[in-house]
Amino acid sequence: MIELEGLTKRYGEKLAVNNLTCTVRPGMVTGFLGPNGAGKSTTMRMMLGLDRPTAGDVRIDGKHYDHLKDPLTYIGALLDAKAMHGGRSAFNHLLCLAQSNGIPKRRVAEVLDTVGLTAVAKKKAKGFSLGMGQRLGIAGALLGDPRILMFDEPVNGLDPEGIHWIRNLMKSLAAQGRTVFVSSHLMSEMALTADHLVVIGQGRLLADTSMSDFIERNSRSYIRIRSPQRERLLDVLHEAGVTVVESGSGALEVDGGKPEQIGELAAQHQIVLHELSPQQASLEEAFMQLTAESVEYHAHADTPHEPPQEPSPARQHWGDGWNRS
Amino acid sequence: MAAIQVVRSEWTKIRSVASTVWTLSLAVVVTVALGMLISALSRHEFDKMSIKDRLSFDPTFISFAGMSLGQLAMIVFGVLVVSNEYSTGMIRTSLAAVPQRGTFLFSKIAVATGLALAVGMATGFVAFFLGQAMLGSHRASIGDPHVLRAVIGGGIYMTLIAVFSMGVAAMLRSPMLSLGILMPFFFLISNILGNVDATKKIGRFLPDQAGSKIMQVVPRIDDDTPYGPYGGLGIMVLWALAALLGGYVLLKRRDA
Amino acid sequence: MIEAVGLTKRYGDKTAVYNLSFQVRPGAVTGFLGPNGSGKSTTMRMILGLDNPTAGQVTIGGYPYPKLPNAPRQVGALLDAKAVHGGRSARSHLLCLAQLSGIPARRVDEVLGVVGLQEVARKRSKGFSLGMGQRLGIAAALLGDPQVLLFDEPVNGLDPEGILWVRNLMKALAAEGRTVFVSSHLMSEMALTADHLIVIGRGQLLADMSVKDFISANSADFARVRTPDTEPQLREKLTSALTEAGGHVLPEQDGALRITGLPLPRISDIAHDADVRLWELSPHQASLEEAYMRMTQGAVDYRSTVDQKSGLMQPLPPGAQPPMPVPGQGQPDWYAPPPPQQGGQPFAMPQGQPGPYGAPGAPGAGQPNPYAQPAPAAPQTPAAPPQPPVSAASADLTKPEDAR
Repeated sequence: MIELEGLTKRYGEKLAVNNLTCTVRPGMVTGFLGPNGAGKSTTMRMMLGLDRPTAGDVRIDGKHYDHLKDPLTYIGALLDAKAMHGGRSAFNHLLCLAQSNGIPKRRVAEVLDTVGLTAVAKKKAKGFSLGMGQRLGIAGALLGDPRILMFDEPVNGLDPEGIHWIRNLMKSLAAQGRTVFVSSHLMSEMALTADHLVVIGQGRLLADTSMSDFIERNSRSYIRIRSPQRERLLDVLHEAGVTVVESGSGALEVDGGKPEQIGELAAQHQIVLHELSPQQASLEEAFMQLTAESVEYHAHADTPHEPPQEPSPARQHWGDGWNRS
Repeated sequence: MAAIQVVRSEWTKIRSVASTVWTLSLAVVVTVALGMLISALSRHEFDKMSIKDRLSFDPTFISFAGMSLGQLAMIVFGVLVVSNEYSTGMIRTSLAAVPQRGTFLFSKIAVATGLALAVGMATGFVAFFLGQAMLGSHRASIGDPHVLRAVIGGGIYMTLIAVFSMGVAAMLRSPMLSLGILMPFFFLISNILGNVDATKKIGRFLPDQAGSKIMQVVPRIDDDTPYGPYGGLGIMVLWALAALLGGYVLLKRRDA
Repeated sequence: MIEAVGLTKRYGDKTAVYNLSFQVRPGAVTGFLGPNGSGKSTTMRMILGLDNPTAGQVTIGGYPYPKLPNAPRQVGALLDAKAVHGGRSARSHLLCLAQLSGIPARRVDEVLGVVGLQEVARKRSKGFSLGMGQRLGIAAALLGDPQVLLFDEPVNGLDPEGILWVRNLMKALAAEGRTVFVSSHLMSEMALTADHLIVIGRGQLLADMSVKDFISANSADFARVRTPDTEPQLREKLTSALTEAGGHVLPEQDGALRITGLPLPRISDIAHDADVRLWELSPHQASLEEAYMRMTQGAVDYRSTVDQKSGLMQPLPPGAQPPMPVPGQGQPDWYAPPPPQQGGQPFAMPQGQPGPYGAPGAPGAGQPNPYAQPAPAAPQTPAAPPQPPVSAASADLTKPEDAR
């Protein structure tokens, strides 16, 4: 369990993290989301005692990080895949971490095996690809068999097999009752991994809810219905006071209803349904909705600064002005 | 957190990077080889020297002449041991593993200092014996008065140079910045300050000039240095301690 | 249009890319997939003339890259976001590139605006985050307004807003009739972006088809059905009726049923005949990831294995506080994903198996390519027999394929 209480970090004038209060609970994967510059990294660094909060507190299982005895056995973190000395071998990198926390040496070989790096254990880390570096970082996090795990962008550089593996690893760690806290920019990946979300924007807490609540609250969800008896179904739904929208492909869409209600209605009136599927927006859409205002680097619509010299209505885009002349 | 765990971990760190091996071996090789060369040259020069120079001829000190260059390798060693943590990003991993920053820094410095001391002592003795062999008839013997002190002092001098560099690197973090300051400082500025009359009085309180006093057996004629060999070593120790303290205070205060 | 014919690249006696022939057509986003070390980067580099093929050739618009007239105006590429001189400002970096290929300076400000970096245009790129570096790389690729664009892992380091932007940018570029070739490891991202896929493994072509075809060729669609929670007997009844009709039924975590082998209307009819009311009947398509994992089995580097964890189960050294008891601790495979038959993990990694790579190191690390040894082909891992595509149970809760 990680508890944040009024956590604040100020760099000069800039408030990077502003009065953040939340609890990261065990037994589930908690996703930590926010646009670039929202204060995610700063928060994670404060959790690990690397940065000092300007105000407020972080507690790991009730204790301050620097009061933990052998902290790697409480909390394992993957902060930055490249947070290691490139000239040191993978084995020695893990060994020095293990020794500093009194973890037996054979555990090093074990975690190397877990992440699939046994064959390159004696190689210097600087020859590693990003994905291999990431695996080594994950090995470091698992080293102390901690109750709490923290991953910052864990899938960075991993290939699909690796992504799949880390996703299942995080889920199984959570299923064992551990606390798993993971930040990522990949909404589609988060949607598959996290059970709970903590979302921050401009240093402030925007949401601390379950995944499904988050999506429900921040986007449109509807039910899609197809039926060979479309007209009858429309009548029945209309009678029941359900608002129906006809979508382009002949399907019907009901906003905000419950599929069981419609299923029961159809059964009562002996209407055959060929589809009755609840549709939810993606996590990405929900996230965009929520954080629309707190994004730092906006890309801009691509408009030419000067009107094209040879306007060609068929292919009008930037570059036309000078490139095609 | 038992400090012994951290010391063991730091020992693994230091022995598992190539820079440790090459900086330390460079320190030995350069000091000894240059010392031998200068000793051999001095033997041939001796006959052409003035009386005054002959009187202050210090065979022990001459055999340590290679240290002026060899100490640079020691500086690189000291700087890299500490600043590698920062330049590679390892510091975040290290401090997450050992949040007690004092324990972390001083374990690291203890291990590196121990290693530097071992290498420094070996360098001192090897440089002395090989240097004396080159000096032929002008050689000093280890049993002569103050000679053993000078030889051991030479080893300590090398060690303290490394410790001072570690402290500076802990303050500055960047290896480039640390080396960019320390190298010219020891190689140029200290020499210049020490040789210009106006600044001589300041120059001799610099760590290398004060510390090298311990290696002198035959005092220079009209030497007006206000401290003796142990006083000089003491001044150098103070420099090293000050640098370490600065490094510790900054590490303690700042965000990793 | 990019066209590779019999493209082969050998490093010493290792073959990184072998006899690769494909076309990347304009007007579509073509995804380029493959496990680490499958030869993707080598292929990209050969397309750009950075590496010379050992045999075969690759052309852009009919010319090999080095012979391409005015190449920077024809082809734009994002290969490595960090291939920028850190001491130079974003603007001068782009200006250098522009001047090299005779592109007017105002175009530089244009692309800086496009990627959203105009505010930091005069800052040194050394201080850039990975995401900003990526944007700068994309700006450089767009500089010459090229007809052919290559992107290697374009969303690396970008935040969600940036990811969405890159995705829309690539789609827009393709919609303008350009050729867009993108490599990525993020299947979920690819599924949203690409129209067409080229998949390679061990340096050889595994697939060259549309995303849709790829998914249906490599996995099966399924239906999700929920019956009234209040009457569990209806669920049993439906299960047996569906099984009788030849469907394959699997229970899901939340009580729903996952049915393969029967079309939706048929399921509806069977339910009707059995007098079972339905609370949900939704079509699902397997994810691109599942399809991809099935196809590339055996062509994977650095397999992860089970954490044996013997170390920490032993008493810790004196003075060390043992971690709190952990449920499942001590079981040999406590880190392992649930076994496939429990429906959690369809593409079982061969556990405890030493992985297919005999040679250590990855090609990316300047090591010889482990795949391309003239050695026996991929160990067709018997640990993962073909089985119905059962995705991780929670996957479909949050990822309705056609929600968008």
